[in-house]
Amino acid sequence: MKTFRMSDMSRTLWILVLALIILHQDNWFWTDARLVFGFMPIGLFYHACISLAAGAMWWWATRYCWPDESESSSGEEHSA
Amino acid sequence: MTQLSIIIGYLSLLLILGLFANRFFRGTSQDYMLASHSIGPFLLLMSLFGTTMTAFALVGSTGESYKVGIGVYGMLASSSGIIHSLCFFVLGVKLWGLGRKFGYRTQIQFFRDRLESDKIGLLLFPVLVGLVIPYLLIGVMASGGVINGVTQGRITEGVVTNATFPEGTFPDFLEQGDKGFAVDGSKGGVPRQVASLVVCGVVLLYVFFGGMRGTAWANAFQTMVFMVLGVVTFVIIANKLGGHDSLLANLREIASKVPKEKLTRVDVSKLKFFSYLLVPLSVGMFPHLFQHWLTARSAASFKLPVVLHPIFIMIVWVPCVLIGIWATSNLIQIPPPIQNNPNLVLPFMVKRLAGPVLGGFLTAGILAAIMSSLDSQFLCLGTMFSTDIVTHYAGKNRFSDRQQVLLTRGFIVAIVALTYFFSLFEPRAVFTLGVWCFSGFASLFPLVFAALYWKRLTKAGGYASIVAAIGTWTALFYDSDFAGIENYALEFTLGDSTYQMMPVVGMFVVSLLALVLVSLATTPPSEKTLNKFFPN
Repeated sequence: MKTFRMSDMSRTLWILVLALIILHQDNWFWTDARLVFGFMPIGLFYHACISLAAGAMWWWATRYCWPDESESSSGEEHSA
Repeated sequence: MTQLSIIIGYLSLLLILGLFANRFFRGTSQDYMLASHSIGPFLLLMSLFGTTMTAFALVGSTGESYKVGIGVYGMLASSSGIIHSLCFFVLGVKLWGLGRKFGYRTQIQFFRDRLESDKIGLLLFPVLVGLVIPYLLIGVMASGGVINGVTQGRITEGVVTNATFPEGTFPDFLEQGDKGFAVDGSKGGVPRQVASLVVCGVVLLYVFFGGMRGTAWANAFQTMVFMVLGVVTFVIIANKLGGHDSLLANLREIASKVPKEKLTRVDVSKLKFFSYLLVPLSVGMFPHLFQHWLTARSAASFKLPVVLHPIFIMIVWVPCVLIGIWATSNLIQIPPPIQNNPNLVLPFMVKRLAGPVLGGFLTAGILAAIMSSLDSQFLCLGTMFSTDIVTHYAGKNRFSDRQQVLLTRGFIVAIVALTYFFSLFEPRAVFTLGVWCFSGFASLFPLVFAALYWKRLTKAGGYASIVAAIGTWTALFYDSDFAGIENYALEFTLGDSTYQMMPVVGMFVVSLLALVLVSLATTPPSEKTLNKFFPN
């Protein structure tokens, strides 16, 4: 079986993951009680957007950073 | 009684699903435990998501947001969207490849090979089982509480009316509680002890009949049920609470009545919030997720779960958090017993604001979320016992495939009985207990990550990491009065300020340091092992 090396992942992906983790700590909305659309607390709305951004980032990752070797099942499959 | 009938109907449906899956059972332990590696992207998505979203996600998140406000979403939902998929991507795909190549069914098989230590299983097995038990406990406790909550009668001036089961239907020890029938007893509903037992029985039966295939099917079905009914619950509660004609007008009306502190995070420590980021790393060491990863038909099957998992979390958590903060508004009066037990906020809102038919279906949705985790946990415990203990020590040919399945089932029953026994004692907050359980698994994350990506990890380093992780977890869990102190945190003072961090930080750091320092001080793994796991 071939290996999946860390270097197979794009450096960009790690930068994106780190950026999302930093953006996750939204000290700027900590005490802000504004309501987006009149009903959604802005702190909750912001974090829902973080969830959507995570989905988009992982879509990008599966498209451009997916390890080639793992696309198909291993040819040396063990029969347990 | 209508709600109870619907709940019984739903539980019966699950049993039928398990029986149907049994028709596809190939009679081998490989098929029973891993569904013969036949699970495609959609089923993998639904089963991974359904397994990770438990009572914690519905009952726990609503109760905790009722207590502390919207910060709950950032603490565990948005962070999990980033970290869970990262674990699927970095660990899941790689472990799947190794599992297919070397025939692993459990984590312990992998660690025995990677750490060149047969006895590592004897240390890791009780640690993993011990950490799964609080996770099981969350589901068992919550299912009993929810069913009891929605079947209770109405209490007016200490008298129960419209009871599903009048006083005297069940023995006193089931319906009286410590302070009486109408105070902390069953209040005319199904006693929580009975409800928990029935739910355990149903999950056991469909896991026994259907094995991993039945579990994956039931997970997919139940995940769809709780996602759809979760959104329906949200809309119904909003319309009932708001009292206007349009949904948007109702949402605005309710939000305007929520206290300001619940719309913000003024009551949440910033450092504690940040330290919550370590908690979702637990999925990297959940034994039931490891088993689900191995069921994948191909590595490409992981793509859909990796992408949609964060979005599915959002669909489930945002409505729950909003319902939790709505319960703090003056549009609804939450009675003192519910205020003191946040686990009951969601069932109370459902019972008070939905009609009996809809209330029954919504309760089925909550139970679906709970049971879709219990089933995977039951199955993985049995698989670990039969594979890592019985077959490993008695020899591969000592037991037939059918005997292995029987042993698996026997151990599952024993652990469920133990968990049920624990659930009979004073219930803990689902959210708090869940975080403790996840923290324990998260403290083992350095071990699995290093095993896959750090050649220098040694056997001694692995042992040191496990002992350090579980030792710290036990000490801190004891110090928190076994999750009895709900806001327990690690505190340190810098200058005039005191800062708080989640206990997971202490466990994680100690485990990581032990792993790195002991590995560097001991002999590296053999060339044979390094070539096996790091061929390039």
